[in-house]
Amino acid sequence: MNDLTENKMEIKNLSMFYGDFKAIEDISLDIPSQRITALIGPSGCGKSTLVRCLNRMNDLIQGCRVEGEVILDAENMYTPGYDVIGLRRRVGMVFQRPNPFPKSIYENVAYGPRLLGIKDKQRLDGIVEDSLKKAALWDEVKANLQESGQNLSGGQQQRLCIARVIAVEPEVILFDEPCSAIDPVATQLIEDLMADLKKNFTMVIVTHNMQQAARVSDFTAFLLVQVQGDPGRLVEYGDTNTIFTNPSDERTERYITGRFG
Amino acid sequence: MSAQARQAGIRLGALNARERNVKYLMFACASLSVLAIMLIFLFILRESLPAIRQLGVRNLFLSADWSPNVSNPEAGSYGMLAFINGTIMTTLSAMLIGAPLGIGAAVFIDQFAPPSIAQVVRRGIELLAGIPSVIIGWFGLTLLVPFIARLTGSSGYGMLAASLVLVVMALPTITTLSAETLRSLPPELQEASVAMGATRWQTVYRVLIPAAREGLLIAVILGMGRAIGETMAVQMVIGNARQLTFSPLQRTSTLTSRIITDMGEATGVFRSALFAQALVLLILAMVLIVSIRLISRERKH
Repeated sequence: MNDLTENKMEIKNLSMFYGDFKAIEDISLDIPSQRITALIGPSGCGKSTLVRCLNRMNDLIQGCRVEGEVILDAENMYTPGYDVIGLRRRVGMVFQRPNPFPKSIYENVAYGPRLLGIKDKQRLDGIVEDSLKKAALWDEVKANLQESGQNLSGGQQQRLCIARVIAVEPEVILFDEPCSAIDPVATQLIEDLMADLKKNFTMVIVTHNMQQAARVSDFTAFLLVQVQGDPGRLVEYGDTNTIFTNPSDERTERYITGRFG
Repeated sequence: MSAQARQAGIRLGALNARERNVKYLMFACASLSVLAIMLIFLFILRESLPAIRQLGVRNLFLSADWSPNVSNPEAGSYGMLAFINGTIMTTLSAMLIGAPLGIGAAVFIDQFAPPSIAQVVRRGIELLAGIPSVIIGWFGLTLLVPFIARLTGSSGYGMLAASLVLVVMALPTITTLSAETLRSLPPELQEASVAMGATRWQTVYRVLIPAAREGLLIAVILGMGRAIGETMAVQMVIGNARQLTFSPLQRTSTLTSRIITDMGEATGVFRSALFAQALVLLILAMVLIVSIRLISRERKH
């Protein structure tokens, strides 16, 4: 791919099943460090399923099973006995619908640090302020930190969720269609924010919005279910520019030019 | 009026006579319960007035001297404080034990149990709710009271035995409603917490229980409602003494158990004093209902 960037994650021959149903099949792709990788494709192509394999959120679903490997810093996270709790602290996640806890803005951001056992008030204050600043929310909420996070607007809630993730200083942040439930102006803010966060974090974004993938990502993977009932497969993966201007697979071209999906 | 009837009404332009009669019938059904509670309240108030008038608030509600005189009711003393104390103490101690047990069981059902086991526990709790109280009281009388007696050297009768029996009676209410509250929480909350690297237990006590706080409180209060009015099972194990006591191991009475113990032979002011006990019980129960209203309103804001 790009020789200058090293890979933070390597997905190797990954398949995932919900019971007997195979949701994705034999997917291999590398997630380069400190870049944004976008996963695109029509609804039901398995892009959300794939991103949830990267912090083992699928463990919560009963009857789900994974084949293949996801390597994070040279270690397969599906090795038996792997520290899943620690994994999720290293690989944070922002969800489709903003999901702040019914707690104050402050407590939402302090949630992760508190889990890590940080009790010192001053240190928590610092982390909260720092995380909210990095999530471009500080100026809007600094006067109301004790207000419920759920009273914020949708876009603010999503940035609060980003701040909550940043507060535990993960290495990777996964975004599962983070802007599908918020308005265009708030979307713009979050896209700017992501570009900003690239300095410190490796990011993966699932999006159904191709313009968004083109705007924010460095690399793009296109997933597709060929025939209904088939598992989702990786059609093409590469530099975002190449994928959008000169895709090598005809199906990719038809999708990005809006002929289906 | 059902949605269907409403539609039919719109279609026909007017309700025909039969529809109208059904409407009145339904209204009568709905009014009946409102009417019943008003009548009960007024009736109990009327029956307790003679005692309140004759004895005064102080001698009736604030004295613990209950020495009825069956042949000449006017000569007796009817201070019910010991029984108010018994009711409040047994109910509160039952909740002290029952709330953590019930909420714990609900958390287990909702979060930790494999579906098959959760189902078994749920069915078991439903069965427990259906057991007539006299059977639970009997179980308390033949097993619990001797057990407490052997353990402590007391008679075994008293508020401890009564509270434990009430725990069994209130547990189904608390567990079922708590589990329902937890189940109705948005799954995103749990997802968000787990994705932050929280363990299941951390998620439960840092996110789910705080988020469900009001609902859990209502579950406990409804459990209290069940406990505060329980009569039969309590009467069988509390010892039915008239003394005011704070010891969990001494015989005493609750309002309900005292009413049922004395009602057979009460006449005149003695009988009226028993109605005054019922009035206090009714007021305590209403306080619980009102507090649920207040909590629910709080939750909506």
